[in-house]
Amino acid sequence: MKIHEYQAKELFKKYNISIPDGGVAFNPDEAKQVAENLGQFPVVVKAQIHAGGRGKGGGVKLAGSIDEATGIAGDIIGMNLVTHQTGPDGKMVKKVLVEQGLNIAKELYLSIIPDRATAKIVIMASEAGGMDIEEVAVKTPEKIIKVFIDPLLGIQPFHCREVAFGLNLSSSVMRPFVSMIGSLYRLFMDYDCSLVEINPLVITAEDAVIALDAKIDFDDNALYRHKDIIEYRDIDEEDPLEVEASKFHLNYIKLAGNIGNMVNGAGLAMATMDIIKLAGAEPANFLDVGGGASAEMVENGFRIMLGDKNVKGILVNIFGGILRCDVLAEGVVKAAEKTGINVPVVIRMEGTNVEQGRKILADSGLNLITASDMKDAAHKVAQLVAG
Amino acid sequence: MSIFVDNNTRLLVQGITGKEGQFHTQQCVIYGTKVVAGVTPGKGGQKMDDIPVFNTVKKAVVQTGANCSMIFVPPAFAADAIMEATDAGIDIIVAITEGIPVMDMIKVKNYMVGKMSRLIGPNCPGIITPGQCKIGIMPGPIHKPGGPIGVVSRSGTLTYEVVNQLTLQGIGQTTCIGIGGDPVNGTNFIDCLDAFEKDPETTGIVMVGEIGGTAEEEASEFITKHVTKPVVGFIAGLTAPPGRRMGHAGAIISGSSGTAQGKIEAMKACGIHICENLGTFGDLCAEVFS
Repeated sequence: MKIHEYQAKELFKKYNISIPDGGVAFNPDEAKQVAENLGQFPVVVKAQIHAGGRGKGGGVKLAGSIDEATGIAGDIIGMNLVTHQTGPDGKMVKKVLVEQGLNIAKELYLSIIPDRATAKIVIMASEAGGMDIEEVAVKTPEKIIKVFIDPLLGIQPFHCREVAFGLNLSSSVMRPFVSMIGSLYRLFMDYDCSLVEINPLVITAEDAVIALDAKIDFDDNALYRHKDIIEYRDIDEEDPLEVEASKFHLNYIKLAGNIGNMVNGAGLAMATMDIIKLAGAEPANFLDVGGGASAEMVENGFRIMLGDKNVKGILVNIFGGILRCDVLAEGVVKAAEKTGINVPVVIRMEGTNVEQGRKILADSGLNLITASDMKDAAHKVAQLVAG
Repeated sequence: MSIFVDNNTRLLVQGITGKEGQFHTQQCVIYGTKVVAGVTPGKGGQKMDDIPVFNTVKKAVVQTGANCSMIFVPPAFAADAIMEATDAGIDIIVAITEGIPVMDMIKVKNYMVGKMSRLIGPNCPGIITPGQCKIGIMPGPIHKPGGPIGVVSRSGTLTYEVVNQLTLQGIGQTTCIGIGGDPVNGTNFIDCLDAFEKDPETTGIVMVGEIGGTAEEEASEFITKHVTKPVVGFIAGLTAPPGRRMGHAGAIISGSSGTAQGKIEAMKACGIHICENLGTFGDLCAEVFS
């Protein structure tokens, strides 16, 4: 799960990690209030959306007065912000963070992530702060410091020193920096984060260590033990169809194509999307109904796929293991009765109770196209697209 | 022959009294797996069908000689269950559970270093040596006993699809392993490739990967250096968008790493026969393995 910068900074504050003074504003009046309280200029007005690249997209601006801050907040709130991470449609901005400007002496990059290959926690740091770290990693990998931590041992002072000396920090900021890394690691572990990133982390002219930006992603599988984080969820940042699907425990991701598809199992679902592409069409979604899907889930899956107006045809591909083909077939029939399926549907079923499933579909009187195997399914989808 | 499990495997099921644990235990018994014990804390002394249930894995091992465990414990308690099985000296631990927090698995991984146990999964369909024993949730009848092909995959139903196409071509399997779709898992591609290479009955290998991480790239390098048997590969997720988790916690393209294209190129460069269209997987295998 992703959260906003201002929410991540609330967590930072809780862990005594320094952040600039400021506050979140949902309208220009509130922004004015925050700027007034800050009392010194310039201030920075930052769009709050769940995507990076906000600065380049025009979502971060400096203001030299209360009036200017209010005006900029008015411009940004309600704007459609397009960045390299939002996709071409962009995201509607609904709130801004108004913060004090800082006297920046040095900009650093700092992040903590779990490393899947080594099963350790990695602290990554670089003197190339404020830049796209992927680019730094490709062009100048020697500029990235990586320190691996055994989670059973936890972070040790030498880990922190390794990072601090690697960044060529002056002795005057060593102590606050080391303490900050320790706090950040604790936050990361306490909340089952999948990413904590500060880019840039700044050293001010006054030798303070301050998180100018803040990004935290959480492990969805661990949210059950962090009820306070679930409160941070912002439905506005998610696709409405995906929100709807999650209510029924369906794993749905909306894509740009026109062939809907419903599959059991994530791997087979991806392979089915790929086969649609190979057939000359584009998948409209990823939809994994999971291993133990009920007829009701299948029915809701259909409703959600059809909620995407771009969908011109549907491919259902089920390899029955735990999910029985007769259960799937019942769901399809119910969906057709309730929602009315107005696009052609190709169904490919294999595995547990496939004969009963085929019979249910045949007896239903629905106009369905059955496919004998993956090859046949791809072929029929291609025809469907051509027609 | 086979790898990791065979008809000497004595299975214990952790979480045997739950709905899923019960159902799949019965399916394993029907297939012919020797299920000797179950473990559910607090239900020791009871029986599930004719299988004795114990409170702890240690007790179950002492009383029944179990050497393999299949785990159906809910995600919040699964890491603990894996460590309990490890501590009891179980040889092969197959964790079916989906949705275990990454941090829990990272701790388990570090705990298991230097221990004798092998973990398969989590978030996997399990392992089957056709005709001998089935430890997991895969449908038994799609498999063909007798070899000579070994199958290793990160996926569940996609593995069934691939195995089914092999069987329809008349190609049997030695052992089929699902290593799971989580970012941090136990047994990896390389462990399985190494075991298949050393297994005299296995003459060819099928490797099914997907987007996310670098496991396929590392496996490809290993194949170049250490595997003499032909390998047919498939990668799912050519059309997956970056930054989105495609169902499996591990299936995510982050930045420029983990793309299907990158994996396919790495595998091709290492001499792996890549199937581009899943519809023709069986045909390609028939050609390569003939």
